[in-house]
Amino acid sequence: MQNHPPHARNPGIPLDLDWVASVQANTSAIERRAATLPGRRSIKKDFQAAWLCKAVSCIDLTTLSGDDTAGRVQRLCAKARQPVRADLLAALGMTGLTVGAVCVYHDMVATAVRALDGSGIPVAAVSTGFPAGLSPLHLRLAEIGESVAAGAREIDIVISRRHVLTQNWQALYDEMRAMRDACGDAHVKAILATGELGTLRNVARASLICMMAGADFIKTSTGKEPVNATLPVTLTMIRAIRDYQARTGVKVGYKPAGGISKAKDALVYLSMMRDELGLPWVQPDLFRFGASSLLGDIERQLEHHITGAYSAAHRHAIG
Amino acid sequence: MSVKEIFDTMTYGPAPESSVEAMAWLHANAPFGHWIGGKFTAPGTTFASHNPATSETLAQITQGTTTDIDTAVTAAGRAQPKWAKLPGHKRAQYLYALARLVQKHSRLFATLETLDSGKPIREARDIDIPLVARHFYYHAGLAQLLDAEQPDMAPVGVCGAIIPWNFPLLMLAWKVAPALAAGNTIVLKPAEQTPLTALLFAQISREAGLPPGVLNIVTGDGATGAALVAHPDATKIAFTGSTDVGRKIRTATAGTGKALTLELGGKSPYIVFDDADIDSAVEGLVDAIWFNGGQVCCAGSRLLVQEGIAERFHTKLRARMNGLRVGDPMDKCIDMGAINSPEQLARITAMVDASGGEKYQTACPTGCYYPPTLITGLGSADALMQDEIFGPVLVSMTFRTPAEAVDLANNTRYGLAASIWSENINVALDIAPQIKAGVVWINGANMLDAAAPFGGVRESGFGREGGWDGLLAYLRPKAASKPLRSTLAVPAPTSPEVSGLDRTAKLYIGGKQARPDSGYATAIWSPNGKLLGHVGTGSRKDIRNAVEAAHAAKSWGKSSAHLRAQILYYIAENLSARADEFAARIKDMTGKSGVAEVEASIARLFTYAAWADKFDGAVKSVPLRSVALAMNEPCGVIGAICADEAPLLGLISLMAPTIAMGNTCVLVPSGAYPLAATDLYQVLDTSDLPGGVVNIVTGAHADLAKPLAAHMDVDAVWCFGAAELSGVVETAAAGNLKRTWVNDGRATDWALAEGREFLRAATQVKTIWVPYGA
Repeated sequence: MQNHPPHARNPGIPLDLDWVASVQANTSAIERRAATLPGRRSIKKDFQAAWLCKAVSCIDLTTLSGDDTAGRVQRLCAKARQPVRADLLAALGMTGLTVGAVCVYHDMVATAVRALDGSGIPVAAVSTGFPAGLSPLHLRLAEIGESVAAGAREIDIVISRRHVLTQNWQALYDEMRAMRDACGDAHVKAILATGELGTLRNVARASLICMMAGADFIKTSTGKEPVNATLPVTLTMIRAIRDYQARTGVKVGYKPAGGISKAKDALVYLSMMRDELGLPWVQPDLFRFGASSLLGDIERQLEHHITGAYSAAHRHAIG
Repeated sequence: MSVKEIFDTMTYGPAPESSVEAMAWLHANAPFGHWIGGKFTAPGTTFASHNPATSETLAQITQGTTTDIDTAVTAAGRAQPKWAKLPGHKRAQYLYALARLVQKHSRLFATLETLDSGKPIREARDIDIPLVARHFYYHAGLAQLLDAEQPDMAPVGVCGAIIPWNFPLLMLAWKVAPALAAGNTIVLKPAEQTPLTALLFAQISREAGLPPGVLNIVTGDGATGAALVAHPDATKIAFTGSTDVGRKIRTATAGTGKALTLELGGKSPYIVFDDADIDSAVEGLVDAIWFNGGQVCCAGSRLLVQEGIAERFHTKLRARMNGLRVGDPMDKCIDMGAINSPEQLARITAMVDASGGEKYQTACPTGCYYPPTLITGLGSADALMQDEIFGPVLVSMTFRTPAEAVDLANNTRYGLAASIWSENINVALDIAPQIKAGVVWINGANMLDAAAPFGGVRESGFGREGGWDGLLAYLRPKAASKPLRSTLAVPAPTSPEVSGLDRTAKLYIGGKQARPDSGYATAIWSPNGKLLGHVGTGSRKDIRNAVEAAHAAKSWGKSSAHLRAQILYYIAENLSARADEFAARIKDMTGKSGVAEVEASIARLFTYAAWADKFDGAVKSVPLRSVALAMNEPCGVIGAICADEAPLLGLISLMAPTIAMGNTCVLVPSGAYPLAATDLYQVLDTSDLPGGVVNIVTGAHADLAKPLAAHMDVDAVWCFGAAELSGVVETAAAGNLKRTWVNDGRATDWALAEGREFLRAATQVKTIWVPYGA
């Protein structure tokens, strides 16, 4: 159900340290914007239903647990193909709605690829020693290669937070470059683990360097940090995306992950993307939610929109 | 539009707030009379209050007459003594109840406010009404603490308040809460465009059990306001509105003894340095100039951006403007609503149409709307760089250096607020004190709180609202005073006694003795006919020269408080060394012993030497992650007409606090007994006081008071001269709306005339908001 052609990939640019040094991020001001946006944008009735469907189409339906099995992943993939009950979609006049991707660990890639065969839904693999990213670099790069070989079309890598915390921008750039090269034709999402970067300015600088090194998407979190996606972090990262596009003409995608579990939150994120970056960034090729429980709340809201009665979780299929 | 089509286009749809409850309230209560003595009067001659977004009539409102004002002021006057006698705790309970009621009825207030004013429901709901509740809570606290914290102060009596249409209920709260907390009663006239929430508030005040007459609302236009200002029993006038009307009120109240605070217009600079977080600074402009459609007195309407980033900044700003949604104020998904009235729309349109520059405007609906507008390519000389537009129009200029930013920022008649954007705390905290404004926001805009004093300098008015500083504007000293008796110069005797070497006192300007421009001199005689000497007959040209000298010495304000204290001590020391001579001089002039007066003068100098480094500012507890610094800054150049009652002590009592706080001054000494002052400049000369900090112009008060008070480059004027001069000074001061402090024809006990009241008069509070976050 993609209405827009995929954008050209980000080829990256040479590391520009002057640009990095000029980056500022005023925490209080960013927090104020983030705090007031939900009050400025209210989306109701049919508009809300349509926007929630859009949110569904942007979900990277995710399972990243130690106890993942083939059966669990197959169930998730079935949900990815039919994320919302068919009768509800029919009532909304929506057809062919799927999620944006399914996101799993490397060992589950082959299973997911088989389960999604023919759906057009890509499989994303978290890679590079996820979530801490502290295994040997050659192994992390090799892991990317194996996931791509197994059929992953998107690779979510994790950056070395220590390079940010010690301001070793060259090392961060080189690492990101190497990982992007290892991805080949697979799109690469750079997970910044923003909850571990300490400041919004660090988030802004890391965002910029990952884009310079060729990231197709920048992503907030592994979902395993104590603080995951937040609106201030989102604003900081998407402003970096906007600056990168202004200078290079290249559109880089954004993926908030972790902590987004309510339909209402999804609407706020979508309106922030729309208002700060524009319409191209409310499509799955430039925007994804990394979320597992968000879908359930959206399903309930959609049923409520159609029937007028509040819904219950058990009326919707488990993912 | 089908769900599928919306899915494909991702458009925003309507999200209307319901007006049902607000309209039901209007239907149940309109047409409205006034709220006087705890109930609505029968409607009189009425006019319509409109919804500017739809132009539909909301309700009929009564045009208040002089009789209505009189009835209301009488009701307020009757209620006031009992209200003032209540313990602070009891008044605190009422204010607390009002705060709670505002919260309980918040949605009704918000929707009614939006219907009546055209401001977005989001702003009414998320900003105006919460600030109203906060204001009443805060002032409930002030009422609670008043008896203990201000034992020497009493309420002023009946307050007349006149408020504008841009923040109807919030401005009501800013007037009503401090007035009532301090033990005053109030007659408030809301703007004729936006009277509805005031009437709802009045009705709801019944639910707080507020005694009848404590709060009175009289609706009407400017004529009603003028009647309120003119009412002799309204002893305090608080006005928020345009500078032009403020000037009229200043003139109308001159010489009446009424206390006055004015919160007027502005053309506040919004300064962006090249090390700012540019995206945040762009977003800050949305809060600064597109908040309430720019119809905000403290709107950041004058963008000053460092030249190297200007092009990039403007590009980003235009892109941000494109995202602003302008439309139905009741829609919860818009950024900017309607302009408050067709008249205001016409005013904005005419001003922008008449201006040059490169205009960038985004889309807006037809009707009473004006698009967000950016005008670049203007210079300081262009009208729109100087004149307040009071609409969603931002004008922009560039600067090169911090010093130039300050010069451009201060190149205005106004001085209400300023924003400074820089990630460098050194830059921000250096620039903030240099901006002529009552409020400075660092890396932010339009932050307001009941605890943080708000108000302007220059033609943005005087007085502060919020905090203890704001409350003090509703209090007066308890100590009773007597009428001032006039002091006439000793007439020339029929048989003069002339002896000794002729000594001619000159004027003291810029640290030098100067001959009077007039070329005239006045003889000073002792009561027993001895010629004591001559003083120069100062004129308006000498005032001009003295003010210039005072400005040339303005680095005094940047010298350390320790240094200023040292110099005051040194003056005291040198005066002490010549104490006998000064005492004899006083005796010669007045016929009374001068010993005590000289002793008191030395003590007074010590007092302000002591105060110089102790009249501390404060860090206000605002409900934001921000330091709100309330700094006591010098006013600048203070002109003072000194008392005849105590020729030396009266002058020192004004001079010492003035210079202790970092002001420079032009003093006009006692007209009858000027020689103590002219002797004093020899003391000043030997005390390391830089030239120009104190300037002394002798001459007739009646001749000098007016040019001094009218001088556009004098920041405050004090008058402790003859009774009739209070009105002269207050009238003349209306020109640039400088602060005045006059004796209202009351005598001053100079032996006791010292302390915080003088220090407050010598300073103005600047609130600097510094939000922080690593």
